[in-house]
Amino acid sequence: MIEIKGLTKKYNNKPVVSDVSLSIKPHAITSFIGPNGAGKSTLLSMVSRLIDADTGEVLLDQQNVKKWKSNEFAKRVSILKQSNFINVRLTVRELVSFGRYPYSKGRLTPEDEQHVNQAIEYMNLQEIEHKFLDQLSGGQKQRAFIAMVIAQDTDYILLDEPLNNLDMKHSVQIMKILRQLVDDLGKTVVIVLHDINFASVYSDYIVALKDGRVVKNGPTEEIINSEALREIYDMHIPVQEQNGCRICVYFNSHT
Amino acid sequence: MRNNILKLIILAVIAIICILLYGFYDIKGGFSYAFPRRMMRVGAMVVTGFAISYSTVVFQTITHNRILTPSIMGIDSMYQVVQTLIFFFAGSASIWVANQYLNYFTALIAMVVFAILLYRTLFRADKYPIFLLLLIGMIIGTFLGSLVSFLQVLIDPVEYLSLQNLLFASFTRIKVELLYISCAILFIAFIVGYKLLHQLDVAILGRENAINLGVNYDRLVMNVLVLSAVLISTSTALVGPITFFGLIVANLSYHLFTTYKHSVLILGAGLISVIALVGGQFLVEHVFEFNTTLSVIINFIGGVYFIYLLLKESRAAG
Repeated sequence: MIEIKGLTKKYNNKPVVSDVSLSIKPHAITSFIGPNGAGKSTLLSMVSRLIDADTGEVLLDQQNVKKWKSNEFAKRVSILKQSNFINVRLTVRELVSFGRYPYSKGRLTPEDEQHVNQAIEYMNLQEIEHKFLDQLSGGQKQRAFIAMVIAQDTDYILLDEPLNNLDMKHSVQIMKILRQLVDDLGKTVVIVLHDINFASVYSDYIVALKDGRVVKNGPTEEIINSEALREIYDMHIPVQEQNGCRICVYFNSHT
Repeated sequence: MRNNILKLIILAVIAIICILLYGFYDIKGGFSYAFPRRMMRVGAMVVTGFAISYSTVVFQTITHNRILTPSIMGIDSMYQVVQTLIFFFAGSASIWVANQYLNYFTALIAMVVFAILLYRTLFRADKYPIFLLLLIGMIIGTFLGSLVSFLQVLIDPVEYLSLQNLLFASFTRIKVELLYISCAILFIAFIVGYKLLHQLDVAILGRENAINLGVNYDRLVMNVLVLSAVLISTSTALVGPITFFGLIVANLSYHLFTTYKHSVLILGAGLISVIALVGGQFLVEHVFEFNTTLSVIINFIGGVYFIYLLLKESRAAG
Protein backbone atom coordinates (compact mmCIF):
# COMPACT_ATOMS: atom_id res chain seq x y z
CA MET A 1 0.00 0.00 0.00
CA ILE A 2 1.39 3.39 -0.99
CA GLU A 3 0.07 6.44 0.82
CA ILE A 4 0.96 10.01 0.00
CA LYS A 5 0.51 12.55 2.78
CA GLY A 6 0.69 16.30 2.31
CA LEU A 7 3.44 16.20 -0.28
CA THR A 8 4.87 19.56 -1.36
CA LYS A 9 7.74 20.41 -3.67
CA LYS A 10 8.95 23.85 -4.69
CA TYR A 11 11.41 24.83 -7.38
CA ASN A 12 12.81 28.35 -6.93
CA ASN A 13 10.02 29.07 -4.46
CA LYS A 14 7.42 28.18 -7.06
CA PRO A 15 5.30 25.29 -5.85
CA VAL A 16 5.19 22.47 -8.39
CA VAL A 17 3.33 20.05 -6.16
CA SER A 18 1.39 21.45 -3.22
CA ASP A 19 -0.11 19.50 -0.40
CA VAL A 20 -1.01 16.35 -2.29
CA SER A 21 -2.51 13.51 -0.31
CA LEU A 22 -3.84 10.31 -1.79
CA SER A 23 -3.48 6.57 -1.57
CA ILE A 24 -2.72 4.25 -4.44
CA LYS A 25 -5.21 1.39 -4.75
CA PRO A 26 -3.43 -1.94 -4.98
CA HIS A 27 -3.83 -4.38 -7.88
CA ALA A 28 -5.09 -1.71 -10.24
CA ILE A 29 -3.90 0.78 -12.83
CA THR A 30 -3.95 4.34 -11.58
CA SER A 31 -3.34 7.08 -14.14
CA PHE A 32 -2.06 10.56 -13.33
CA ILE A 33 -3.50 13.01 -15.83
CA GLY A 34 -3.57 16.78 -16.11
CA PRO A 35 -2.31 19.69 -18.18
CA ASN A 36 1.37 20.39 -18.80
CA GLY A 37 3.21 21.50 -15.68
CA ALA A 38 0.58 20.10 -13.34
CA GLY A 39 3.26 18.31 -11.32
CA LYS A 40 2.50 14.73 -12.41
CA SER A 41 6.09 13.69 -13.07
CA THR A 42 7.38 15.47 -9.99
CA LEU A 43 4.82 13.67 -7.86
CA LEU A 44 5.83 10.33 -9.34
CA SER A 45 9.50 11.10 -8.76
CA MET A 46 8.84 11.86 -5.10
CA VAL A 47 6.82 8.69 -4.61
CA SER A 48 9.70 6.67 -6.03
CA ARG A 49 12.35 8.54 -3.93
CA LEU A 50 14.10 9.93 -7.03
CA ILE A 51 13.70 13.39 -5.57
CA ASP A 52 13.08 14.49 -1.99
CA ALA A 53 9.88 16.22 -1.01
CA ASP A 54 10.08 19.58 0.78
CA THR A 55 7.33 18.63 3.18
CA GLY A 56 5.01 15.68 3.57
CA GLU A 57 5.77 12.01 3.31
CA VAL A 58 5.25 8.92 1.22
CA LEU A 59 4.53 5.69 3.03
CA LEU A 60 5.06 2.22 1.63
CA ASP A 61 3.46 -0.34 3.96
CA GLN A 62 3.19 2.32 6.66
CA GLN A 63 6.90 3.08 6.55
CA ASN A 64 8.35 6.30 5.18
CA VAL A 65 9.98 5.78 1.80
CA LYS A 66 13.11 7.56 2.98
CA LYS A 67 13.49 5.09 5.83
CA TRP A 68 13.40 2.10 3.50
CA LYS A 69 16.72 0.62 2.57
CA SER A 70 17.18 1.64 -1.02
CA ASN A 71 17.84 -1.92 -2.11
CA GLU A 72 14.79 -3.35 -0.33
CA PHE A 73 12.65 -0.56 -1.76
CA ALA A 74 13.91 -1.50 -5.21
CA LYS A 75 12.44 -4.95 -4.74
CA ARG A 76 9.00 -3.47 -4.03
CA VAL A 77 8.70 -0.40 -6.24
CA SER A 78 10.16 0.28 -9.67
CA ILE A 79 10.13 3.53 -11.59
CA LEU A 80 10.82 4.28 -15.24
CA LYS A 81 11.26 7.91 -16.31
CA GLN A 82 10.82 9.20 -19.83
CA SER A 83 14.32 10.07 -20.92
CA ASN A 84 16.76 7.21 -20.85
CA PHE A 85 20.05 8.15 -22.43
CA ILE A 86 22.88 5.65 -22.23
CA ASN A 87 26.25 6.28 -23.83
CA VAL A 88 27.48 2.74 -23.41
CA ARG A 89 26.71 -0.06 -25.86
CA LEU A 90 24.34 -2.50 -24.19
CA THR A 91 22.32 -5.32 -25.65
CA VAL A 92 18.63 -5.62 -24.87
CA ARG A 93 19.32 -8.69 -22.76
CA GLU A 94 22.03 -6.93 -20.76
CA LEU A 95 19.66 -4.05 -20.08
CA VAL A 96 16.86 -6.35 -18.96
CA SER A 97 19.34 -8.22 -16.72
CA PHE A 98 19.99 -4.98 -14.86
CA GLY A 99 16.44 -5.35 -13.55
CA ARG A 100 17.73 -8.18 -11.38
CA TYR A 101 20.39 -6.02 -9.74
CA PRO A 102 18.51 -5.50 -6.46
CA TYR A 103 18.44 -9.29 -6.02
CA SER A 104 21.76 -10.45 -7.38
CA LYS A 105 24.14 -7.46 -7.42
CA GLY A 106 25.25 -8.24 -10.94
CA ARG A 107 25.83 -11.98 -10.56
CA LEU A 108 22.79 -13.59 -12.11
CA THR A 109 21.51 -16.81 -10.58
CA PRO A 110 19.49 -19.31 -12.67
CA GLU A 111 16.38 -17.87 -11.04
CA ASP A 112 17.37 -14.38 -12.19
CA GLU A 113 17.93 -15.69 -15.72
CA GLN A 114 14.42 -17.11 -15.65
CA HIS A 115 12.95 -13.74 -14.67
CA VAL A 116 14.95 -12.09 -17.45
CA ASN A 117 13.67 -14.61 -19.99
CA GLN A 118 10.09 -14.10 -18.85
CA ALA A 119 10.37 -10.32 -19.08
CA ILE A 120 11.83 -10.57 -22.58
CA GLU A 121 9.02 -12.86 -23.67
CA TYR A 122 6.43 -10.66 -22.03
CA MET A 123 7.58 -7.64 -24.00
CA ASN A 124 8.03 -9.68 -27.18
CA LEU A 125 11.72 -8.93 -27.49
CA GLN A 126 13.05 -12.44 -28.21
CA GLU A 127 14.07 -11.61 -31.76
CA ILE A 128 16.08 -8.55 -30.80
CA GLU A 129 17.42 -9.60 -27.42
CA HIS A 130 21.03 -9.65 -28.65
CA LYS A 131 20.82 -6.39 -30.56
CA PHE A 132 22.44 -3.26 -29.18
CA LEU A 133 20.12 -0.54 -27.89
CA ASP A 134 21.50 2.04 -30.31
CA GLN A 135 20.37 -0.13 -33.22
CA LEU A 136 16.74 -0.07 -32.08
CA SER A 137 13.81 2.19 -32.88
CA GLY A 138 12.33 4.40 -30.17
CA GLY A 139 9.49 1.96 -29.59
CA GLN A 140 11.74 -1.06 -29.27
CA LYS A 141 14.01 0.78 -26.89
CA GLN A 142 11.05 1.79 -24.74
CA ARG A 143 9.86 -1.82 -24.64
CA ALA A 144 13.34 -2.93 -23.60
CA PHE A 145 13.30 -0.49 -20.67
CA ILE A 146 9.86 -1.65 -19.62
CA ALA A 147 11.14 -5.23 -19.78
CA MET A 148 13.89 -4.23 -17.36
CA VAL A 149 11.29 -2.93 -14.93
CA ILE A 150 9.25 -6.12 -15.34
CA ALA A 151 12.34 -8.23 -14.62
CA GLN A 152 12.72 -6.21 -11.43
CA ASP A 153 9.52 -7.99 -10.37
CA THR A 154 8.15 -5.36 -8.00
CA ASP A 155 4.64 -5.11 -6.62
CA TYR A 156 4.45 -1.50 -7.73
CA ILE A 157 5.42 -0.33 -11.20
CA LEU A 158 5.60 3.42 -11.74
CA LEU A 159 5.90 4.71 -15.30
CA ASP A 160 6.37 8.30 -16.39
CA GLU A 161 4.77 8.81 -19.80
CA PRO A 162 5.80 5.46 -21.24
CA LEU A 163 3.84 6.13 -24.43
CA ASN A 164 5.88 9.18 -25.35
CA ASN A 165 7.17 8.95 -28.91
CA LEU A 166 5.41 5.68 -29.54
CA ASP A 167 3.10 5.04 -32.47
CA MET A 168 -0.47 3.84 -31.94
CA LYS A 169 0.32 0.17 -32.38
CA HIS A 170 3.07 0.14 -29.78
CA SER A 171 1.12 2.33 -27.39
CA VAL A 172 -1.76 -0.11 -27.45
CA GLN A 173 0.64 -3.01 -27.07
CA ILE A 174 2.23 -1.50 -23.99
CA MET A 175 -1.07 -0.58 -22.36
CA LYS A 176 -2.35 -4.11 -22.94
CA ILE A 177 0.77 -5.53 -21.32
CA LEU A 178 0.30 -3.25 -18.31
CA ARG A 179 -3.30 -4.43 -18.06
CA GLN A 180 -2.05 -8.04 -18.08
CA LEU A 181 0.49 -7.29 -15.38
CA VAL A 182 -2.32 -6.10 -13.16
CA ASP A 183 -4.92 -8.72 -14.08
CA ASP A 184 -2.65 -11.78 -14.30
CA LEU A 185 0.14 -11.06 -11.87
CA GLY A 186 -1.62 -8.77 -9.41
CA LYS A 187 0.81 -5.88 -9.86
CA THR A 188 -0.04 -2.27 -9.08
CA VAL A 189 0.68 0.14 -11.90
CA VAL A 190 0.86 3.91 -11.59
CA ILE A 191 1.31 5.72 -14.85
CA VAL A 192 1.57 9.32 -16.00
CA LEU A 193 -0.37 9.69 -19.22
CA HIS A 194 -0.81 12.51 -21.65
CA ASP A 195 -3.37 10.86 -23.86
CA ILE A 196 -6.59 11.02 -21.91
CA ASN A 197 -8.19 8.30 -24.01
CA PHE A 198 -5.57 5.75 -23.02
CA ALA A 199 -6.26 6.73 -19.43
CA SER A 200 -9.97 6.31 -19.97
CA VAL A 201 -9.78 2.92 -21.70
CA TYR A 202 -7.12 1.18 -19.64
CA SER A 203 -7.07 2.56 -16.12
CA ASP A 204 -9.10 1.64 -13.08
CA TYR A 205 -8.53 4.87 -11.22
CA ILE A 206 -7.60 8.35 -12.34
CA VAL A 207 -5.92 11.09 -10.35
CA ALA A 208 -6.18 14.47 -12.05
CA LEU A 209 -3.68 17.15 -11.13
CA LYS A 210 -3.72 20.82 -11.94
CA ASP A 211 -1.29 23.47 -10.74
CA GLY A 212 0.28 20.99 -8.36
CA ARG A 213 -2.96 20.04 -6.65
CA VAL A 214 -5.26 17.06 -6.93
CA VAL A 215 -8.48 18.27 -8.53
CA LYS A 216 -10.13 14.91 -9.15
CA ASN A 217 -9.46 11.48 -7.74
CA GLY A 218 -11.62 8.44 -8.24
CA PRO A 219 -12.66 5.50 -10.40
CA THR A 220 -12.29 6.13 -14.12
CA GLU A 221 -16.08 6.38 -14.73
CA GLU A 222 -16.34 9.31 -12.32
CA ILE A 223 -13.60 11.30 -14.01
CA ILE A 224 -14.24 10.75 -17.69
CA ASN A 225 -17.25 13.02 -18.19
CA SER A 226 -17.51 16.48 -19.60
CA GLU A 227 -18.08 18.29 -16.29
CA ALA A 228 -15.09 16.79 -14.51
CA LEU A 229 -12.86 17.22 -17.53
CA ARG A 230 -13.74 20.87 -17.84
CA GLU A 231 -12.56 21.39 -14.31
CA ILE A 232 -9.26 19.69 -15.11
CA TYR A 233 -8.44 21.01 -18.55
CA ASP A 234 -10.49 24.24 -18.75
CA MET A 235 -12.09 23.19 -22.00
CA HIS A 236 -15.22 21.54 -23.21
CA ILE A 237 -14.54 17.87 -23.89
CA PRO A 238 -17.44 15.84 -25.29
CA VAL A 239 -17.33 12.18 -24.22
CA GLN A 240 -18.73 9.49 -26.52
CA GLU A 241 -19.25 5.85 -25.75
CA GLN A 242 -17.76 3.43 -28.29
CA ASN A 243 -17.87 -0.36 -27.73
CA GLY A 244 -18.04 0.16 -24.00
CA CYS A 245 -15.11 2.58 -23.98
CA ARG A 246 -15.52 6.25 -23.17
CA ILE A 247 -13.68 8.31 -25.73
CA CYS A 248 -13.00 12.00 -25.32
CA VAL A 249 -13.47 13.84 -28.59
CA TYR A 250 -11.63 17.07 -27.89
CA PHE A 251 -9.94 17.66 -31.21
CA ASN A 252 -12.26 20.41 -32.51
CA SER A 253 -13.87 21.54 -29.30
CA HIS A 254 -14.40 25.18 -28.32
CA THR A 255 -12.98 26.27 -25.03
CA MET B 1 32.83 -12.62 -21.91
CA ARG B 2 35.32 -15.39 -22.69
CA ASN B 3 36.61 -13.23 -25.49
CA ASN B 4 37.27 -10.42 -23.02
CA ILE B 5 39.16 -12.70 -20.65
CA LEU B 6 41.35 -13.84 -23.53
CA LYS B 7 42.09 -10.22 -24.43
CA LEU B 8 42.95 -9.47 -20.80
CA ILE B 9 45.35 -12.40 -20.71
CA ILE B 10 47.04 -11.27 -23.93
CA LEU B 11 47.41 -7.75 -22.55
CA ALA B 12 48.84 -9.12 -19.30
CA VAL B 13 51.39 -11.20 -21.23
CA ILE B 14 52.46 -8.18 -23.31
CA ALA B 15 52.72 -6.11 -20.13
CA ILE B 16 54.94 -8.73 -18.50
CA ILE B 17 57.13 -8.91 -21.62
CA CYS B 18 57.51 -5.13 -21.54
CA ILE B 19 58.47 -5.23 -17.87
CA LEU B 20 61.02 -8.02 -18.40
CA LEU B 21 62.46 -6.26 -21.43
CA TYR B 22 62.78 -3.02 -19.52
CA GLY B 23 64.24 -4.79 -16.52
CA PHE B 24 66.88 -6.91 -18.25
CA TYR B 25 67.73 -5.30 -21.58
CA ASP B 26 71.27 -4.04 -21.97
CA ILE B 27 72.28 -3.89 -18.34
CA LYS B 28 75.76 -2.42 -18.19
CA GLY B 29 77.80 -2.25 -15.05
CA GLY B 30 76.54 -3.86 -11.90
CA PHE B 31 73.33 -5.83 -12.20
CA SER B 32 72.66 -5.40 -8.51
CA TYR B 33 72.85 -1.63 -8.97
CA ALA B 34 70.79 -1.20 -12.10
CA PHE B 35 68.13 -3.85 -11.72
CA PRO B 36 66.51 -2.71 -8.44
CA ARG B 37 66.46 0.86 -9.73
CA ARG B 38 64.77 -0.19 -12.90
CA MET B 39 62.22 -2.24 -10.96
CA MET B 40 61.52 0.78 -8.76
CA ARG B 41 60.61 2.72 -11.85
CA VAL B 42 58.49 -0.13 -13.14
CA GLY B 43 56.68 -0.15 -9.80
CA ALA B 44 55.98 3.54 -10.07
CA MET B 45 54.73 3.13 -13.62
CA VAL B 46 52.40 0.30 -12.66
CA VAL B 47 51.00 2.31 -9.75
CA THR B 48 50.56 5.37 -11.96
CA GLY B 49 49.01 3.36 -14.76
CA PHE B 50 46.37 1.76 -12.58
CA ALA B 51 45.68 4.92 -10.60
CA ILE B 52 45.05 6.92 -13.77
CA SER B 53 43.03 4.15 -15.39
CA TYR B 54 40.76 3.72 -12.42
CA SER B 55 40.18 7.41 -11.84
CA THR B 56 39.56 8.17 -15.50
CA VAL B 57 37.15 5.33 -16.18
CA VAL B 58 35.05 5.95 -13.08
CA PHE B 59 35.07 9.72 -13.59
CA GLN B 60 33.77 9.23 -17.12
CA THR B 61 31.07 6.89 -15.89
CA ILE B 62 29.67 9.27 -13.31
CA THR B 63 29.87 12.25 -15.66
CA HIS B 64 28.39 10.23 -18.54
CA ASN B 65 30.97 11.19 -21.12
CA ARG B 66 34.04 9.73 -22.75
CA ILE B 67 36.05 12.82 -23.50
CA LEU B 68 36.49 14.69 -20.25
CA THR B 69 38.91 13.29 -17.72
CA PRO B 70 39.93 14.55 -14.28
CA SER B 71 43.23 15.76 -15.76
CA ILE B 72 41.58 17.62 -18.61
CA MET B 73 39.26 19.32 -16.12
CA GLY B 74 42.37 20.67 -14.39
CA ILE B 75 42.51 18.50 -11.28
CA ASP B 76 46.21 17.81 -11.63
CA SER B 77 46.98 21.49 -12.20
CA MET B 78 45.67 21.85 -8.68
CA TYR B 79 48.73 19.95 -7.51
CA GLN B 80 51.01 22.60 -9.00
CA VAL B 81 48.91 25.36 -7.46
CA VAL B 82 49.13 23.86 -3.99
CA GLN B 83 52.89 23.32 -4.23
CA THR B 84 53.47 26.81 -5.57
CA LEU B 85 51.31 28.35 -2.85
CA ILE B 86 53.26 26.43 -0.22
CA PHE B 87 56.56 27.71 -1.61
CA PHE B 88 55.20 31.22 -1.97
CA PHE B 89 53.88 31.55 1.53
CA ALA B 90 55.94 29.12 3.59
CA GLY B 91 59.17 28.69 1.64
CA SER B 92 61.18 25.60 0.83
CA ALA B 93 62.70 25.35 4.30
CA SER B 94 59.34 25.10 6.03
CA ILE B 95 57.93 21.91 7.42
CA TRP B 96 55.31 21.91 4.63
CA VAL B 97 58.06 21.07 2.18
CA ALA B 98 60.63 19.36 4.37
CA ASN B 99 58.15 16.79 5.60
CA GLN B 100 57.28 14.92 2.45
CA TYR B 101 54.22 13.26 3.88
CA LEU B 102 52.76 16.48 5.17
CA ASN B 103 53.42 18.02 1.77
CA TYR B 104 51.86 15.08 0.03
CA PHE B 105 48.71 14.98 2.11
CA THR B 106 48.17 18.72 1.90
CA ALA B 107 48.21 18.48 -1.88
CA LEU B 108 45.98 15.45 -1.75
CA ILE B 109 43.33 17.07 0.41
CA ALA B 110 43.32 20.21 -1.73
CA MET B 111 42.81 18.15 -4.87
CA VAL B 112 39.96 16.17 -3.37
CA VAL B 113 38.20 19.35 -2.27
CA PHE B 114 38.75 20.89 -5.70
CA ALA B 115 37.38 17.78 -7.44
CA ILE B 116 34.24 17.80 -5.32
CA LEU B 117 33.62 21.51 -5.88
CA LEU B 118 34.15 21.06 -9.59
CA TYR B 119 31.68 18.23 -9.72
CA ARG B 120 29.10 19.97 -7.56
CA THR B 121 29.05 23.09 -9.71
CA LEU B 122 29.53 21.65 -13.18
CA PHE B 123 28.26 18.13 -13.40
CA ARG B 124 25.14 18.26 -11.28
CA ALA B 125 22.08 17.09 -13.21
CA ASP B 126 23.69 17.19 -16.67
CA LYS B 127 23.10 20.89 -16.92
CA TYR B 128 25.78 21.77 -19.44
CA PRO B 129 26.67 20.38 -22.84
CA ILE B 130 29.99 18.59 -23.06
CA PHE B 131 31.74 21.22 -25.17
CA LEU B 132 30.93 23.93 -22.66
CA LEU B 133 32.34 21.76 -19.89
CA LEU B 134 35.43 21.19 -21.97
CA LEU B 135 35.84 24.90 -22.48
CA ILE B 136 35.38 25.54 -18.77
CA GLY B 137 37.94 22.84 -18.03
CA MET B 138 40.42 24.48 -20.39
CA ILE B 139 39.80 27.87 -18.82
CA ILE B 140 40.27 26.50 -15.31
CA GLY B 141 43.47 24.79 -16.45
CA THR B 142 44.81 27.96 -18.05
CA PHE B 143 43.81 30.05 -15.07
CA LEU B 144 45.55 27.75 -12.62
CA GLY B 145 48.56 27.61 -14.93
CA SER B 146 48.78 31.41 -15.09
CA LEU B 147 48.35 31.67 -11.36
CA VAL B 148 51.23 29.26 -10.92
CA SER B 149 53.56 31.16 -13.27
CA PHE B 150 52.59 34.46 -11.69
CA LEU B 151 53.52 33.23 -8.24
CA GLN B 152 56.63 31.56 -9.57
CA VAL B 153 58.10 34.74 -11.02
CA LEU B 154 57.61 36.42 -7.66
CA ILE B 155 59.47 33.89 -5.55
CA ASP B 156 63.16 33.70 -4.94
CA PRO B 157 65.08 32.03 -7.83
CA VAL B 158 66.63 29.45 -5.55
CA GLU B 159 63.26 28.58 -4.15
CA TYR B 160 62.00 28.40 -7.70
CA LEU B 161 64.57 25.77 -8.59
CA SER B 162 63.60 23.51 -5.74
CA LEU B 163 59.95 24.05 -6.61
CA GLN B 164 60.63 22.97 -10.17
CA ASN B 165 62.23 19.88 -8.79
CA LEU B 166 59.04 19.09 -6.92
CA LEU B 167 56.66 19.88 -9.76
CA PHE B 168 58.40 18.15 -12.60
CA ALA B 169 58.90 14.68 -11.41
CA SER B 170 59.01 12.46 -14.45
CA PHE B 171 59.44 8.82 -15.23
CA THR B 172 63.21 9.13 -15.17
CA ARG B 173 63.24 11.01 -11.90
CA ILE B 174 60.60 9.22 -9.93
CA LYS B 175 60.30 10.12 -6.29
CA VAL B 176 61.06 6.76 -4.81
CA GLU B 177 60.32 7.93 -1.27
CA LEU B 178 56.71 8.38 -2.30
CA LEU B 179 56.49 5.03 -4.00
CA TYR B 180 55.71 3.02 -0.87
CA ILE B 181 53.01 5.32 0.39
CA SER B 182 51.56 5.49 -3.12
CA CYS B 183 51.43 1.72 -3.27
CA ALA B 184 49.66 1.63 0.08
CA ILE B 185 47.13 4.26 -1.02
CA LEU B 186 46.53 2.49 -4.31
CA PHE B 187 46.01 -0.79 -2.49
CA ILE B 188 43.49 0.71 -0.05
CA ALA B 189 41.74 2.58 -2.84
CA PHE B 190 41.37 -0.60 -4.84
CA ILE B 191 39.91 -2.52 -1.93
CA VAL B 192 37.42 0.25 -1.27
CA GLY B 193 36.90 0.78 -4.98
CA TYR B 194 36.30 -2.87 -5.74
CA LYS B 195 33.03 -2.81 -3.84
CA LEU B 196 31.86 0.15 -5.87
CA LEU B 197 32.53 -1.51 -9.23
CA HIS B 198 29.22 -3.27 -9.61
CA GLN B 199 27.37 -0.14 -8.50
CA LEU B 200 29.22 1.75 -11.21
CA ASP B 201 27.99 -0.82 -13.73
CA VAL B 202 24.46 0.22 -12.79
CA ALA B 203 25.37 3.92 -12.82
CA ILE B 204 25.81 3.85 -16.61
CA LEU B 205 22.01 3.67 -16.81
CA GLY B 206 21.84 7.19 -15.41
CA ARG B 207 20.94 8.57 -11.99
CA GLU B 208 17.24 7.76 -12.08
CA ASN B 209 17.57 4.19 -13.27
CA ALA B 210 20.39 3.58 -10.83
CA ILE B 211 18.28 4.79 -7.90
CA ASN B 212 15.40 2.70 -9.18
CA LEU B 213 17.65 -0.34 -8.94
CA GLY B 214 18.51 0.47 -5.34
CA VAL B 215 21.88 2.18 -5.76
CA ASN B 216 22.44 5.16 -3.49
CA TYR B 217 23.58 7.22 -6.44
CA ASP B 218 24.56 10.48 -4.78
CA ARG B 219 26.67 8.70 -2.20
CA LEU B 220 28.24 6.57 -4.92
CA VAL B 221 29.20 9.67 -6.89
CA MET B 222 30.76 11.26 -3.83
CA ASN B 223 32.75 8.14 -2.94
CA VAL B 224 33.94 7.64 -6.46
CA LEU B 225 34.91 11.27 -6.85
CA VAL B 226 36.99 11.29 -3.68
CA LEU B 227 38.64 8.04 -4.67
CA SER B 228 39.35 9.30 -8.13
CA ALA B 229 40.88 12.54 -6.84
CA VAL B 230 43.03 10.63 -4.35
CA LEU B 231 44.36 8.38 -7.10
CA ILE B 232 45.04 11.25 -9.50
CA SER B 233 46.98 13.10 -6.83
CA THR B 234 48.92 9.96 -6.00
CA SER B 235 50.02 9.62 -9.59
CA THR B 236 50.72 13.35 -10.02
CA ALA B 237 52.88 13.46 -6.92
CA LEU B 238 54.77 10.42 -8.11
CA VAL B 239 55.51 11.21 -11.74
CA GLY B 240 54.04 14.63 -12.46
CA PRO B 241 51.07 15.52 -14.64
CA ILE B 242 50.43 13.57 -17.84
CA THR B 243 47.29 15.25 -19.08
CA PHE B 244 46.10 13.06 -21.92
CA PHE B 245 47.19 9.68 -20.70
CA GLY B 246 43.94 8.74 -18.96
CA LEU B 247 41.97 9.71 -22.03
CA ILE B 248 43.95 7.37 -24.28
CA VAL B 249 43.96 4.31 -22.09
CA ALA B 250 40.31 4.61 -21.05
CA ASN B 251 39.12 4.97 -24.63
CA LEU B 252 41.35 2.19 -25.90
CA SER B 253 39.88 -0.02 -23.23
CA TYR B 254 36.27 0.90 -24.19
CA HIS B 255 37.20 0.15 -27.75
CA LEU B 256 38.86 -3.16 -27.05
CA PHE B 257 36.36 -4.58 -24.59
CA THR B 258 32.73 -4.62 -25.66
CA THR B 259 31.34 -4.64 -22.17
CA TYR B 260 29.95 -2.27 -19.59
CA LYS B 261 31.60 -4.11 -16.71
CA HIS B 262 33.96 -1.82 -14.86
CA SER B 263 36.06 -4.66 -13.50
CA VAL B 264 37.05 -5.59 -17.06
CA LEU B 265 37.30 -2.02 -18.37
CA ILE B 266 39.52 -0.82 -15.53
CA LEU B 267 41.75 -3.88 -15.53
CA GLY B 268 42.07 -3.55 -19.30
CA ALA B 269 42.89 0.15 -19.11
CA GLY B 270 45.41 -0.57 -16.35
CA LEU B 271 47.21 -3.19 -18.41
CA ILE B 272 47.23 -0.93 -21.47
CA SER B 273 48.73 1.77 -19.23
CA VAL B 274 51.50 -0.51 -18.05
CA ILE B 275 52.31 -1.50 -21.64
CA ALA B 276 52.30 2.13 -22.80
CA LEU B 277 54.35 3.42 -19.88
CA VAL B 278 56.91 0.65 -19.52
CA GLY B 279 57.16 0.02 -23.25
CA GLY B 280 57.30 3.76 -23.91
CA GLN B 281 59.98 4.30 -21.30
CA PHE B 282 61.97 1.46 -22.87
CA LEU B 283 61.80 3.22 -26.22
CA VAL B 284 62.76 6.54 -24.65
CA GLU B 285 65.81 5.05 -22.96
CA HIS B 286 67.07 2.68 -25.61
CA VAL B 287 65.80 3.97 -28.95
CA PHE B 288 65.56 7.74 -28.46
CA GLU B 289 68.42 7.58 -25.97
CA PHE B 290 66.86 10.17 -23.67
CA ASN B 291 66.47 12.74 -26.44
CA THR B 292 62.88 13.10 -25.40
CA THR B 293 60.76 12.25 -22.38
CA LEU B 294 57.90 9.85 -22.11
CA SER B 295 55.47 12.57 -20.97
CA VAL B 296 56.14 14.48 -24.16
CA ILE B 297 55.45 11.46 -26.33
CA ILE B 298 52.30 10.58 -24.40
CA ASN B 299 50.95 14.09 -24.51
CA PHE B 300 51.70 14.31 -28.21
CA ILE B 301 49.92 11.05 -29.08
CA GLY B 302 47.19 11.77 -26.55
CA GLY B 303 46.62 15.27 -27.90
CA VAL B 304 46.18 13.96 -31.43
CA TYR B 305 43.82 11.29 -30.21
CA PHE B 306 41.89 13.87 -28.21
CA ILE B 307 41.34 16.00 -31.31
CA TYR B 308 40.20 12.91 -33.18
CA LEU B 309 37.64 12.12 -30.44
CA LEU B 310 36.37 15.70 -30.46
CA LEU B 311 35.90 15.66 -34.22
CA LYS B 312 34.12 12.33 -34.02
CA GLU B 313 31.85 13.61 -31.26
CA SER B 314 30.97 16.82 -33.09
CA ARG B 315 30.18 14.85 -36.24
CA ALA B 316 27.91 12.57 -34.23
CA ALA B 317 26.26 15.58 -32.59
CA GLY B 318 25.85 17.64 -35.74
